[in-house]
Amino acid sequence: MALLETKGLTAHYGDFQALFGVDIHLEQGETVAIIGANGAGKTTLMRSITGVLRNAPEQILHNETPIGHLPADTIMKRGIAMVPEGRKLFPSLSVEENLIIGGQHKGGRDLGDRIDSFLSRFTGAPDPMELAAGHDGAGYWTLETIYELFPILRERRHNPGTALSGGQQQMVAIGRALMSNPYVLLCDEISLGLAPVVIKDIYAALPKIKESGASVIVVEQDIGQALAVADRVYCMMEGRVTLEGRPSEISRDDIHAAYFGAVA
Amino acid sequence: MIWIDTIIQGILLGGLYALFAAGLSLVFGIMRLVNLAHGDLIILGAYIILISVTVLGLNPFFAILIAAPLMFALGWALQKLVLNRTLGEDILPPLLVTFGLSVVIQNGLLEGFSADSQRISAGALETASISVGPISMGVLPLLTFGSAILVIVVLNHIFYRTAIGRAFRATSDDAVTASLMGIKPERVFATATGLAMVVAAIAALYLGVRANFDPSIGPARLIYAFEAVIIGGLGSLWGTLLGGVIIGVAQTVGAAINPEWQILAGHVAFLVVLLIRPRGLFPRGN
Ligand SMILES: Nc1ncnc2c1ncn2[C@@H]1O[C@H](COP(=O)(O)OP(=O)(O)OP(=O)(O)O)[C@@H](O)[C@H]1O
Ligand SMILES: [Mg+2]
Repeated sequence: MALLETKGLTAHYGDFQALFGVDIHLEQGETVAIIGANGAGKTTLMRSITGVLRNAPEQILHNETPIGHLPADTIMKRGIAMVPEGRKLFPSLSVEENLIIGGQHKGGRDLGDRIDSFLSRFTGAPDPMELAAGHDGAGYWTLETIYELFPILRERRHNPGTALSGGQQQMVAIGRALMSNPYVLLCDEISLGLAPVVIKDIYAALPKIKESGASVIVVEQDIGQALAVADRVYCMMEGRVTLEGRPSEISRDDIHAAYFGAVA
Repeated sequence: MIWIDTIIQGILLGGLYALFAAGLSLVFGIMRLVNLAHGDLIILGAYIILISVTVLGLNPFFAILIAAPLMFALGWALQKLVLNRTLGEDILPPLLVTFGLSVVIQNGLLEGFSADSQRISAGALETASISVGPISMGVLPLLTFGSAILVIVVLNHIFYRTAIGRAFRATSDDAVTASLMGIKPERVFATATGLAMVVAAIAALYLGVRANFDPSIGPARLIYAFEAVIIGGLGSLWGTLLGGVIIGVAQTVGAAINPEWQILAGHVAFLVVLLIRPRGLFPRGN
């Protein structure tokens, strides 16, 4: 049984169709990389999974439960966390507050959810606690363990999140997503715009993240990086998956063809 | 001596204007929504307190314990059911809808309570005063000012030191990313408007005890509130208090020179501050 699966996933921006029947899956404990050129639809795929874009229920399955129609906050409470493209730190929050807010609403147990859950017994509306599917957000990751993972953040914890270097901001974005102790961590281009040594530092956190029990999808433009970290790779082009395989099984030519289209 | 007295009256009056303005400022700061019905909602709050006082025989300061939760619920529902639908790139829909709401509230109150002016009775407190040396200050204006400070301290605490305040700020920064953190922006906005209505209920108490009110006076109160918010700089609650004080002092000083100048002097002070500091005294970066 796949931990997370998309089936014939489609996505639209107004009249523009960005995804045309994407099928991917993520198994428990796996690291999957998604590569593809600019505009291939990688971020759109992430937005669909996280509920920022809504879909038909059956197009996305989490532990075989249809979740395509659920809103972003509910998806997060099920234990699917996102490191969004461009980091998207909250400028009004300090580094530490950015981290805290990542774990603040985990597991669908905030007051609003409790009230909605109670009301759902009478209104027949979906019960948010039930939708959170037993993810209680407890686990290895706390402020303390995030600071152990990225010590520099402890020094900078009172700075505004946006007053850090690009690499440090990326660490905050990753830490923020980990604070909910997700089962699935989605990372959209965490190496974008960073120097190679910084990228190395950031990817060095991956084994620890896996050890904490998260399965990971990384979206990467850097093919070498993707092949190095992933158990399986998908390549996307123009809204479709054009290649799937284990890094050891796919050749440079396969990737080239899948990335840029068949050479005419 | 008379001038010191006048200025103190003005400062204390500024506390009332800050109470009018704090809820407006909060809602604008969080969701960029200008609520044109804010003044009328304060008047509605004053009628709720009036009913609690006259029908239930409560002391007005206890009546607030009824009015505040009612106003919270009203604000919450209003935001959740109506105003959330108007938020978006375009700033016109919220303006139109809250303008309409202002008209609806005024006419609803007119139907229910007629155009007669009303007053919330606070007994001996209305005329009580204390003397500090040669200066005598009304207890009620002092309480108003103290409440304004307390409201601002509490709102700032909520905003900067609590989980819901973090959610306010995060949602205000970026609602989509906030939803990736498990936050429901609609719920955060509803809570913020509920909170603003609790402040409106407190403002309503002092408004109603201090002077006569009737269903039509909301928009004029809204203007003072706007001026206080804008003078202070959008998003700064202490700035809003200072803005209220500037308008209050200008009004009492104007009135001391010539009773007809009271309102005019307040507006002139507003324009002068804007000429010197177009973004207000304490603009928040953005
Ligand atoms: N908000 C939007 N409105 C309209 N079209 C969009 C929007 N976002 C993305 N698109 C389009 O959808 C397609 C897929 O974009 P997407 O951002 O998913 O690509 P990507 O693979 O993440 O690219 P990149 O590597 O540049 O991040 C592109 O053609 C893009 O122009
Ligand atoms: Mg992208």
